[in-house]
Amino acid sequence: MARATKIIRNFYRDSVSLMQLSSTITKLPGVEQASAIMASPNNVTLLVEAGLLAEPVEAGANDLLIALQGNAEALESALTAAESALKQPSPSSTGNEQSRGMSPRSIEMGLGNLVGANLVLISTPGEYAAAEAFKALGLGLNVMLFSDNIALKDEIALKRFAQERDLIVMGPDCGTAIINGIPLAFANVVRRGVIGVVAASGTGLQQVTCLVDRWGSGISQAIGTGGHDLHRDVGGISMLQGLKALAADSSTSVIVLISKPPSPEVASTVLRAASGAGKPVVVNFLGADPDQVRRENIYPAATLEDAAAAAVALANGRIPEAGRASVTSPSITPLAPQQRYIRGLYSGGTFCYEASLLLKKELGQINSNTPVEPEDRLSDVWTSRKHTVIDLGDDLFTRGRPHPMIDHRLRNERLIKEASDPEVAVILLDVVLGYGSHPDPAAEMAPVIQKARDLASKAGRHLAIMGFVCGTAADPQNLSKQETAFREVGMTLAESNAQAVRMAASAVQKPDAVGGRL
Amino acid sequence: MIQALFQEKLHVLNIGLSSFADSITRAGGSVLQIEWAPPAQGQQEVGRALARLVNLLSVETANQTAFDAYQSAQPVLNGVGTASQVLPNIAERMILHSGPPIAWKDMCGPMKGAIVGAILYEGWAENLARAEAMAFSGDIVFEPCHHHNAVGPMAGIISPSMPVWMVTNTTNGNQAFSNFNEGLGKALRFGANGPDVITRLKWMGQVLAPALGDALELLGGVDLKPMMAQALHMGDEVHNRNAAASSLFLKRLISALLKTHIPAADIAAVVEFIAGNDHFFLNLSMAACKAMTDAAHGVPGSSMVTAMARNGVEFGIRVSGTGSRWFTAPAPVVDGLFFPGYSAADAAPDLGDSAITETAGVGGFAMAASPAIVKFVGGTPQDAIDNTMAMTHITVGRNNAFTLPALNFAGSPAGIDVRKVVDTGIQPIINTGIAHREAGIGQIGAGITRAPLACFTQAVSALAHSIGSSQ
Repeated sequence: MARATKIIRNFYRDSVSLMQLSSTITKLPGVEQASAIMASPNNVTLLVEAGLLAEPVEAGANDLLIALQGNAEALESALTAAESALKQPSPSSTGNEQSRGMSPRSIEMGLGNLVGANLVLISTPGEYAAAEAFKALGLGLNVMLFSDNIALKDEIALKRFAQERDLIVMGPDCGTAIINGIPLAFANVVRRGVIGVVAASGTGLQQVTCLVDRWGSGISQAIGTGGHDLHRDVGGISMLQGLKALAADSSTSVIVLISKPPSPEVASTVLRAASGAGKPVVVNFLGADPDQVRRENIYPAATLEDAAAAAVALANGRIPEAGRASVTSPSITPLAPQQRYIRGLYSGGTFCYEASLLLKKELGQINSNTPVEPEDRLSDVWTSRKHTVIDLGDDLFTRGRPHPMIDHRLRNERLIKEASDPEVAVILLDVVLGYGSHPDPAAEMAPVIQKARDLASKAGRHLAIMGFVCGTAADPQNLSKQETAFREVGMTLAESNAQAVRMAASAVQKPDAVGGRL
Repeated sequence: MIQALFQEKLHVLNIGLSSFADSITRAGGSVLQIEWAPPAQGQQEVGRALARLVNLLSVETANQTAFDAYQSAQPVLNGVGTASQVLPNIAERMILHSGPPIAWKDMCGPMKGAIVGAILYEGWAENLARAEAMAFSGDIVFEPCHHHNAVGPMAGIISPSMPVWMVTNTTNGNQAFSNFNEGLGKALRFGANGPDVITRLKWMGQVLAPALGDALELLGGVDLKPMMAQALHMGDEVHNRNAAASSLFLKRLISALLKTHIPAADIAAVVEFIAGNDHFFLNLSMAACKAMTDAAHGVPGSSMVTAMARNGVEFGIRVSGTGSRWFTAPAPVVDGLFFPGYSAADAAPDLGDSAITETAGVGGFAMAASPAIVKFVGGTPQDAIDNTMAMTHITVGRNNAFTLPALNFAGSPAGIDVRKVVDTGIQPIINTGIAHREAGIGQIGAGITRAPLACFTQAVSALAHSIGSSQ
């Protein structure tokens, strides 16, 4: 086994492009392992750990590093192929630079080329993102900060700086937003309508907007705030700004707020503002006691699904029902006696957390890498224990590889592993559609689901695979096409995460009700 | 109000994952992808300091003040003097050189050769060996021309008894000086110091300079800015191509020279000397540029570059808002064409104060005016235009006095903004001659180089610090 490396100085490419390139090179004959990355100290360390580099190389964050491992004779041509792929012009570098001579290298330069620019979407590596956001704000532009790993003190400074200028910072770690009907980053194509959303959770925002679309209503604006916005020290600056903007927006008649439970001070500020918004406000503080949330004008929702349902009811001039807990139990083929546990393999962090919350009420302890209670934390995230739900989008799993919404390999491997466990009754999966996500998740997942079910049935077990697809008919992947493909391999689908979770719980709670044991 | 955003069409600038821009386009949105790379060569602290300076009102205001002072400067050539008599702070045993400060032991070959030549010219030593020993001994003080309001091409040597051009910015009275151009080939500025070089320097001091001084007195001064502007319309960029400007200058001089009482043979020699040197005007262009950029220097908070200069080892810049401090980085090697028999291996790193022309918005910045220049790097006239256009992204404004026919008479981009250089990574472009790395061989080629980014990242840090500590 030989190694080869190549450094291209001062040649920057974004991480997704480089991951695509890495996977292309890995497929070349004779190549065992390949990586193309920007040679930051962290990335170089990763490659040394992965065995692709014998020792750190002399290179910096602006230098592109290609490292290969494989047959000595194959590596030379693989390096050449990688380099020529890199030198192809990037397909996205279109726009109007032909007439202006030079593509923009900075936000300020971009302002000269895009008349009327009003928002900067930033997804650079985290260590550079705050600086770019400050520039955008200094130039009078709103910011959506997709990048993560930004220090809390930077987030606070950015949001205060924005607030002074009457601008908003969506993020950091804001995965999705829909502004003026345009889906940003990981967002779905939803109908426009009268429901405005402000969410501190990306997948939470996606779930609510997709369900609103599914149930015939539409979205005016969906504003992401990033997960730390309701932290005590940030004070919910972005959520309060979003709420105020939606309250003043004549196209919005119902507002939905989504977050994990905020600190009590922030909760009380946000709820006071919501109560005075002059419009009905549905509040889903995941796991919070509804009575603590209820105020005049405020409709507490226990789940994301409830929040969407309440918003749709209010948009249609109805008073929301108390909850949509009722769920039709699917017909489940009998379980083997030792099949007792649910294994949730999630790509969406909020879905995973919501599943933990709901299952905990029904089944007691739910082990997780992102548990509701600290004592339920898995000691080894690679091995499930009893009822387990895993957020595969956690940093632990995404270090050096794409998010599970884009790259299904890790989840597919875990799916097979869980299917081989005789104690497993139900595997619970989320599938997230929309821009940014994989172009055809069913094509990646359905064959593996089929394989998992075959594996269990060969061992004399019936394995239930349950889940939901978070998406819309207008998404590039098409909701019904995806749902059909999953149903064809025997996956049981619900409309929402909450429904899928309840379905899974009832399957392990009431095996008798579905036809007795084998 | 943020809801105002809801009333407008969304126009997104996308930095980072280009797939996000593709999605917005597919969804029917308006988006422009920024070709982003970590600014400041990935130095996060500098990147953060820069971020707080972008569009900062105090910097914008300071830059406008600095730029206005530069733009309104009127450099007038009003005479010829002797360095020891007209440079305010030159000392008895002092030799001025190009670029940022440098000690004798660190100097490049051409500069050392030129200093030895200047010692011989001054008569401080009788031969090369003694001159070298004297330079080494510490008996002579070496200072940058820029510390004396002066500039000199290549080694940039000015010693006390050398003649200098005197240029005054009549708008606010500041003066600038430059030495005289000796022509191509073996010349002091390239480190040559043989008897022929010294003899020519003596002739320049004894015949050429007094004759030109007399002529200028009759003319009552020559406005340099209109002459430079005219030369830009005639294919010069007044840094590495001065053929038109030198002719225009000579045209102005001839009748005045003939009206002096100088012997006809001397006038003939003077005219022949100037006519035989297409770079004769370079030193005047440089002094004019120095007078213009010095006018912009010293505005607190300004991020505008007021000097770029190289000593053959280091490239240095000075910035209006950061005082007399130099920000330096290793001088780059020039990409260019070499005279027969020479190659890049023979080249000294970038050398000379002549990048003052680019600092003032001509030279490489006005390359669109001078398509012949890009031939040095195998370029096309379109490349020349592209180079000038690229500079518009790193400058404070346009100099309306220096218009460029190829760009529909738009003004030349001027007033390099260190913030923009660091933010975009676009390096100021410089047209320049290439000296042989060994003393005395002379010019071996010409080409194009770029100011090193490291100078600008240091300047951004220093500026951020000065602004932070003044608030």
